[in-house]
Amino acid sequence: MKILAVCGMGFGSSMVLRMTIESVLRELGVNASVATSDIGMAKSETADVIVTSSEFSQLLADQGVPIIEIQNYVDKREMKEKLLTVLPK
Amino acid sequence: MGVLHFIVNEILSQPQLLVGIMALIGLLALRKSVNDVVTGTLKVIVGFLILTGGAGIISSALSPLGNMVQSGLHLHGVIPTNEAIVALAQKSFGAETAIIMGVGFVVNLILARITPAKFIFLTGHHLFFMATVLAVVLGSAGIHGASETILGGIVLGTVGTVMPAFVHPFMKQVTGGADFALGHFNSLGYITAAAIGKVVGKNSRTTEEIKVSPKVGFLRDSLVMTTLTMIIIYILLAVIAGAKSIAEYTQGSNYVMYSLTQALTFGGGIAIVLMGVRMILSELVPAFQGIALKIVPNALPALDCPTTFTFAPTAVLVGFISSLVGGIVGMFLMGPLGLALIIPGMVPHFFDGGTAGVFGNATGGRRGAMIGSFVNGLLITALPALLLAFLGSLGLANTTFGDSDFCWVGIVTGGIAKTGYAGTFILTILFCAVLVAFASMVTVRSNRRARGAMGSSVSA
Repeated sequence: MKILAVCGMGFGSSMVLRMTIESVLRELGVNASVATSDIGMAKSETADVIVTSSEFSQLLADQGVPIIEIQNYVDKREMKEKLLTVLPK
Repeated sequence: MGVLHFIVNEILSQPQLLVGIMALIGLLALRKSVNDVVTGTLKVIVGFLILTGGAGIISSALSPLGNMVQSGLHLHGVIPTNEAIVALAQKSFGAETAIIMGVGFVVNLILARITPAKFIFLTGHHLFFMATVLAVVLGSAGIHGASETILGGIVLGTVGTVMPAFVHPFMKQVTGGADFALGHFNSLGYITAAAIGKVVGKNSRTTEEIKVSPKVGFLRDSLVMTTLTMIIIYILLAVIAGAKSIAEYTQGSNYVMYSLTQALTFGGGIAIVLMGVRMILSELVPAFQGIALKIVPNALPALDCPTTFTFAPTAVLVGFISSLVGGIVGMFLMGPLGLALIIPGMVPHFFDGGTAGVFGNATGGRRGAMIGSFVNGLLITALPALLLAFLGSLGLANTTFGDSDFCWVGIVTGGIAKTGYAGTFILTILFCAVLVAFASMVTVRSNRRARGAMGSSVSA
């Protein structure tokens, strides 16, 4: 599966999200690729799950994939809780 | 001798290979798989070449702008755009920038390891931009070769450690004690906004009680914002300056439509540069983080500014508008002061102004957010104008750095560098030592206060 981390530039906070996602995935033993993108490009990328902040999630709502809104980008517990709701069991 | 000559001239002076080597070392140190090492290294090299390709497009789209401001307003007009000036600088300072970035990272690790200021600066593009500032101001002042890269690296590593430390006491107020720091080189603006908030914000309520439409998310799309700003600025200037000012460029075509095309081309150039930066950083930053955590296990990562936005989204908007107003007021003061005309760029005002709003709100509510960001707007207008004098021939490129720390660090380092080699070494070490001592003091005091607060709440 492919997870897309999205922010305004595609290399600042989305990179932070990517590192948090990757470490949570390692903990869970889940195999998935994590890519970063800026909000403009995100619409043309394919992904199974999108992880971003609340402002962007509304802009991406019609992408047709589950979107996770994160408040604290480095909080592994928040990430884990929210990822578990969308990861295949 | 032949081998050495080859290494120096064919490898070390090729920035794309140098950045590639740095990524290779990082990926190997993390014991990544062969697949990851090969893709990572190649992506970084290709990314760098993409970035320099975008620079050519940006520079051709910017040059008519200079003519229009010159003949229309009789001023040197400049739009601060980090991505543009960084990309342009790589042509002459690419190799130095790459080495400074590597040395700076090592210095940051050492300082985080041995001083109380345990901050690792992980905002890769800002490290890259600051490394460029240092390469340019040192090189333009006549400091070259190993001295340039060592001194630049020391300054980069120092500011990467101390600026998050200076901001951190306020950062704790913003995030409510989340376990990360702010690594964004507009720290001077944030500290100023937070300090102003403290003074003016008595009994002012938080911005977060104001309701705003959630439809303003496009403001954070930096490509849209950049292009939109350029369209407005280009067409406005074209109308003011008239067809004659850019006749040598338009070659008979309509000058307003020509200006529109140049503005859109600028957006295209920025998109290419951003793509290059993204390719470089997606490999370098995780490698940086992996190495840093091994060497300084209890360090706090210093992260990009939008990580604070989620704690006070309305303050971001208030801050952006106030900062932009500050930038416009500042622009009109430039001419009378005899400085270059700094045209406000939307991207710095959004990210810097927005974050300044978050900090101003944390210490002084609505009033703090508004006044703090307004002063931030003045700062990021005056400082870029003052930095121009230290950028050498790049100062004529109609663009400059947009955030306060790039400017003040560039001005101080550039000023120091004018004292010659010996003076530069002595003064740089002194400058960095003072910063590190001060940052250690701030960190120790802030930690003690936090522990004190925790102790008292337990006893109560």
